[in-house]
Amino acid sequence: MNAPFHPEPTSLDLLAMGTRARIATIDWAALDSGEARRLQHFGFDEGVTVEPLHLGPFGRDPIAIRVGRMTVAIRRKHAGAIRVTPLNK
Amino acid sequence: MNPLPLVAVAGSPNAGKSALFNALTGARQKVGNYPGVTVERHSGRLTLGDGRPVELVDLPGAYSLEPASPDEEVTRDVLLGKQKGERQPDALVIVVDASNLDNHLRFCLQLIELGHPTIVALNMVDLAARDGLLLSPQIVSQELGVPVVETVAVRKRGIAELHEAVDNMLSSPRCGVHRRVKTDLIHLQRRAREIATAAVVSETPVRRWTHRLDAILLHPIAGPIILAALMFLMFQAVFAWSEIPKAWIQSGIDWLSAITTATLPVGLPRSLIVDGAIAGVGAVITFLPQILILFFFILLLEGTGYMVRAAFLMDRLMHGVGLSGRAFIPLLSSFACAVPGIMATRTIDDPKDRLTTILVAPLMTCSARLPVYTLIIAAFIPNTRVVWGVGLQGLVMFGLYIVGIAGALLAALALRRGVLKGSSGGFMMELPKYQWPPLKDVAIGLLTRVQIFLKRAGTIILGTTVVLWALASIPLAGPGQKQSEVSIAGHIASGIETVVKPIGFNHDIALALLPAMAAREVAVSAIATVYSLDSTDEGGSKKLEDRLKHRWPLPTALAFLAWFVFAPQCISTIAVTRRETNGWKWPLFMISYLFVLAYIAAGLTYWTAVALGL
Repeated sequence: MNAPFHPEPTSLDLLAMGTRARIATIDWAALDSGEARRLQHFGFDEGVTVEPLHLGPFGRDPIAIRVGRMTVAIRRKHAGAIRVTPLNK
Repeated sequence: MNPLPLVAVAGSPNAGKSALFNALTGARQKVGNYPGVTVERHSGRLTLGDGRPVELVDLPGAYSLEPASPDEEVTRDVLLGKQKGERQPDALVIVVDASNLDNHLRFCLQLIELGHPTIVALNMVDLAARDGLLLSPQIVSQELGVPVVETVAVRKRGIAELHEAVDNMLSSPRCGVHRRVKTDLIHLQRRAREIATAAVVSETPVRRWTHRLDAILLHPIAGPIILAALMFLMFQAVFAWSEIPKAWIQSGIDWLSAITTATLPVGLPRSLIVDGAIAGVGAVITFLPQILILFFFILLLEGTGYMVRAAFLMDRLMHGVGLSGRAFIPLLSSFACAVPGIMATRTIDDPKDRLTTILVAPLMTCSARLPVYTLIIAAFIPNTRVVWGVGLQGLVMFGLYIVGIAGALLAALALRRGVLKGSSGGFMMELPKYQWPPLKDVAIGLLTRVQIFLKRAGTIILGTTVVLWALASIPLAGPGQKQSEVSIAGHIASGIETVVKPIGFNHDIALALLPAMAAREVAVSAIATVYSLDSTDEGGSKKLEDRLKHRWPLPTALAFLAWFVFAPQCISTIAVTRRETNGWKWPLFMISYLFVLAYIAAGLTYWTAVALGL
């Protein structure tokens, strides 16, 4: 019997590499205005699909994330402000 | 006279904007600066069908009209007609990456709203197709309400069509510009995604090249090893590949010097030309091949998209000393020259991160130090082999680079603990697709650097060398006297000598330090000029290395090397720091802390070497 997939929302920095997820909410207040603007420039928005791809070699920071059709690198602490819902594979 | 119509080329970073600009205008470009800011202005010409010329300007890449960096501010201000020293563009060419429409159409929509006559270049359609993505330019055009041309700038595909579209656009009557900026990014972004989705004709999932490469190049273990190997290869190439062209240039200079000596009668004019101009400028020109190779690598690393990966790999370590991975690119460029390096710090958003990077950038071993290092190493370090394939000379050179890097990291750490205390900013960068940069674009970049270098050799270096020659030639030494001691320059040097004597510097070095404030490599030409004047043999046939070997003790030579690792001897760096930090406070701070470090480093080296009996 296949249990329906009910993923728990988590934050983007805790998502395993290669797991696709949909952005649920972004805590804009946790970011300063410049950082928030850059994330918007990169296309971070509620409902957008993201996928962490690579980790920095030292201290597993920063994180390379696919967002939409591009790949961006952000620090772990900024990824922590983004809540995501993992997608069924 | 009416100014030419101005067409601005705008787009998001990594849209292939510069390649498109190069394809439209060719190699004849003008690089200038916007007044008051250090953002470069690249412009070129385009000729319309009826023979009318048009000026094309390549605006810095921007994600939106809400700037997050000084570059983006210039882009916004030019587009709104508010930039000093720039007229309002008559039309726009917006470049978007076909495989990243979801993102790039946001800025594109914002620009179209401004109301300029606009054409959209749907660029890199070949790469999109390689990734299995087929798009309909008609749908994009319909949705945006402006003409869309498919292009592959690096292969010159679609350039003729784009040219024609620009022609049509400028021939049709113009409507007014709104200058109303839509600032709701989220809304624009959603609209961009809708259009991007609507434009997809078919999409076949393929394993993308970029992802395969990233799996290796960003691998936690393989990634840093490959980066280190690349850096090693780069510095190896700078020395190995340059030997032959360097020898050619050297023999050319020797020939010129011999011819001039033979043609002109003995006297002051001959001395000025041979000992001043040819010896001085020649000593510097021989380093052109090394500088070219270094810039070639840096342009290649930037063009392929690897440089950003290097920043990604290094971010955490840089973060440890209070810098961001973004500082890696400016600091790596500073190995070529601190001036473009410091200018490249504009991509660092956080002001303290940026200032720290600017202040430590001069510690990276720039190409102007190469003449000094190479000369001293060739003269004093025996050319023996340490282990297979590694010579002692190369090892010393490598060591000097390492000392510079270590110095920069420690200085950054100290700055972030002291005068620039505070939490460091973030690291947010786009990792663009890998691509092979068109060799023509690399060539254009190199050509610009050659021009800047030769201009410097022809102006600053020639000027200071000639002034030094004059000061070093007057008054003429009598029999039994040394020219370098009797002359005016000799007396000034004696003053400097009292300060630098404790760290082992002799009179000749003191003489070279002053003109070397203009640029480090002048130290070499200054020493060449002085010894050329002192020498009794005709035409200065003896090599500079051999002369040094007999006149300097080893500890002095080593101290001289240590001095040049730290000393801020470069007017251009000081000037660009003043411009980038908007005042004299930080450049003065930079000069003082670096001179103190240089003095301590040279002193420690000298005293240790003497104590070891070297």
